[in-house]
Amino acid sequence: MDAAYNLPRWLTRNKHDAEGMVQEAYLGAIFDDIHGTDTPTRLKSLEKDKLTQFDQSILPHMNAAYNLARWLTRNEHDAEDMVQEAYLRAFKFFNTFHGLDGRSWLLSIVRNVCYTWLQQNRAQELTTMFDEETHSVNGDTSNPATLVLQSADQQIVRQAVEELPVEFREVVVLRDLEGFSYNEIAEVAKIPLGTVMSRLARARERLKQLLCNRLKMEC
Amino acid sequence: MICKDAQNLINGYVDGELDLIRNLEIERHIQDCALCTQDYKNHQVLSNAIKTGSLYFKAPADLRRRIQLSLRKAAKAEAGRRMLPKWWFNIAAPMAAAAVILLALVPFLRGPSADDLLAGEVISSHVRSLMASHLADVSSSDQHTVKPWFAGKLNFSPPVEDLAKQGFPLIGGRLDYLEDRPVAALIYQRQKHFINLFIWPSGSDSDVETKTVLRQGYNLFHWTRSGMTFWAASDLNNAELQKFVQLVQNQTSSSTAIQS
Repeated sequence: MDAAYNLPRWLTRNKHDAEGMVQEAYLGAIFDDIHGTDTPTRLKSLEKDKLTQFDQSILPHMNAAYNLARWLTRNEHDAEDMVQEAYLRAFKFFNTFHGLDGRSWLLSIVRNVCYTWLQQNRAQELTTMFDEETHSVNGDTSNPATLVLQSADQQIVRQAVEELPVEFREVVVLRDLEGFSYNEIAEVAKIPLGTVMSRLARARERLKQLLCNRLKMEC
Repeated sequence: MICKDAQNLINGYVDGELDLIRNLEIERHIQDCALCTQDYKNHQVLSNAIKTGSLYFKAPADLRRRIQLSLRKAAKAEAGRRMLPKWWFNIAAPMAAAAVILLALVPFLRGPSADDLLAGEVISSHVRSLMASHLADVSSSDQHTVKPWFAGKLNFSPPVEDLAKQGFPLIGGRLDYLEDRPVAALIYQRQKHFINLFIWPSGSDSDVETKTVLRQGYNLFHWTRSGMTFWAASDLNNAELQKFVQLVQNQTSSSTAIQS
């Protein structure tokens, strides 16, 4: 107790204040003791604040994160790894998040993690040079009857989306599954707003064509 | 509006991303153009097929748990890291700095050693003895006069040797006071230089090797042998004083050998 009093007494240069400090310090020590941790109380609350904020603004978007990762990697196991990695990165750089849109912010991290992984593990998917023109289809020849498309069941639609080049796949997933606006897609996919619409148009043309192929229909 | 333009805009129309004017334009065109109507319907069907289907993958429950766990771990690690620089360092860094400064100052902070202090005393006594024409209490070159003179004045009997034959004649003896005790001082001469040889019991049996210091222009030699501490002080040069010291050491060891 003498040692605990001496330091604040010299620091505060005031008997009354020093006594207050000692009392608070002892209460803090008891609190730490109860919780069985050696982390100082002040830091523990800092760390708790960050976790709480993160839990509230980023954690709820785990489905969106997993969905995007699952579509980009086309594999459950890898998708889980991507999401976990993305969450750890997000937590690490949480101070750069300014609380506007947790979902977009998280998904752009997920996308980065996935693209890094694709470059390392699925290089051929990315090196088949993605060219919007060659992947686009002439609109005149790809207008099947609406009924034909309606006959496609979930399994076939899923397979067709999976067959899309990854750059097409991601805009379709972000738009039609995640319901992102063109602005949000531009932010997450790091492409200009104008490119979002043209890429979506081509992606959908390609999707129609893939569906027709799967349905063995001439379109 | 021509079909080509319309088809580019149909996606934006389906997604509700067009501005009001373009929205109206495309609506008007679709009404008039069967091809674009078909295109528009296909887009709607496709979009709905994707949206309403079970294409959305939901995160598995155990992934959620795993991530929450690893986040807590990361938070803890982060707090640990933060604790080091912000909390621990605030205390440890000044302490380390203080330690470094203290270590650097140790040679200066450490008081003068016992030998240093004694050397100062010895020189003072030597200088004093020369200044006040109080070189010797008993002036004699005869060791058999000088040695008994100390009896009754000291509780020990210093070894007294005349070294005139070796060029260091004995001048006399004197009582002096060093290390809080009366000591014997023998005075020898070498040409115009005087040598004060201080002798007193060391209080222990262990011998101490001969050491030499140069202080304020005076050469000092000191050693302990046979329970006696010797300090020789003179303005003689180091080599000649060393010669004297060796003579004294030879004489005292031979005389103690005879005594024993």
